[in-house]
Amino acid sequence: MSWAAPDDIFFSTSLAAYLDKKILVLLRDGRKLMGLLRSFDQFGTFVLCFFLCCLLKFPEEVFCFCEANAVLEEAYERVIVGELYCDIPLGLYIIRGENVVLIGELDVEKEELPAQMVQVSEAEIKKAQKAEKEEMLLKGLMRKRMEFLDLD
Amino acid sequence: MLFFSYFKDLVGQEVTVELKNDLEIRGTLHSVDQYLNIKLENTHVVDQDKFPHMLSVRNCFIRGSVVRYVQLPPDGVDVDLLHDAARREARGG
Repeated sequence: MSWAAPDDIFFSTSLAAYLDKKILVLLRDGRKLMGLLRSFDQFGTFVLCFFLCCLLKFPEEVFCFCEANAVLEEAYERVIVGELYCDIPLGLYIIRGENVVLIGELDVEKEELPAQMVQVSEAEIKKAQKAEKEEMLLKGLMRKRMEFLDLD
Repeated sequence: MLFFSYFKDLVGQEVTVELKNDLEIRGTLHSVDQYLNIKLENTHVVDQDKFPHMLSVRNCFIRGSVVRYVQLPPDGVDVDLLHDAARREARGG
């Protein structure tokens, strides 16, 4: 993915269009990260950070970030379990490209989540995650038992 | 290279990309690259209720390595052209 000339702009994908925009990143392990895209490189590694207004006094450190300076900025992980969700702040993240499934540009004018979803605390969402995992395990176990019976 | 060329010709068409995590996204093919990474515009997810986090995503970049299928309109495919291209490729051309 190199810097494309105007003619072949459709023949190479570039993340430049998403710079400084709020994006959603889906990772291979199923996590959903959100934040502002600050930088990327040609192997698909890229940098996420989320500006709080009080941190705007350090803009020069943002743009020399490729040296991995320690700058206080936030990405967050959105955990969704059923109708519950929680945003867990993460800080500045460098994400290795091989872990990425998808990068989506979030439309600021649209609602990010359906209206019926409820925001809860980190402790509650962790509890809900655990309960969902146990339910999945149980379902898997029961299915195995039923297959053994071979009722067909 | 064959499919890179093929997708270049498909730019502007409406496709549905199915990912290995079972996410299906319908959108207009904006661009493609040598790794078969795909950029879609005007996207919407096929099973929106299962993927609520994708509600406000309208444009996305999809890494080529995570694509399972690219579903195309049947009349958008020139099968004979593909056959010829594949034969040429196999011959080492």
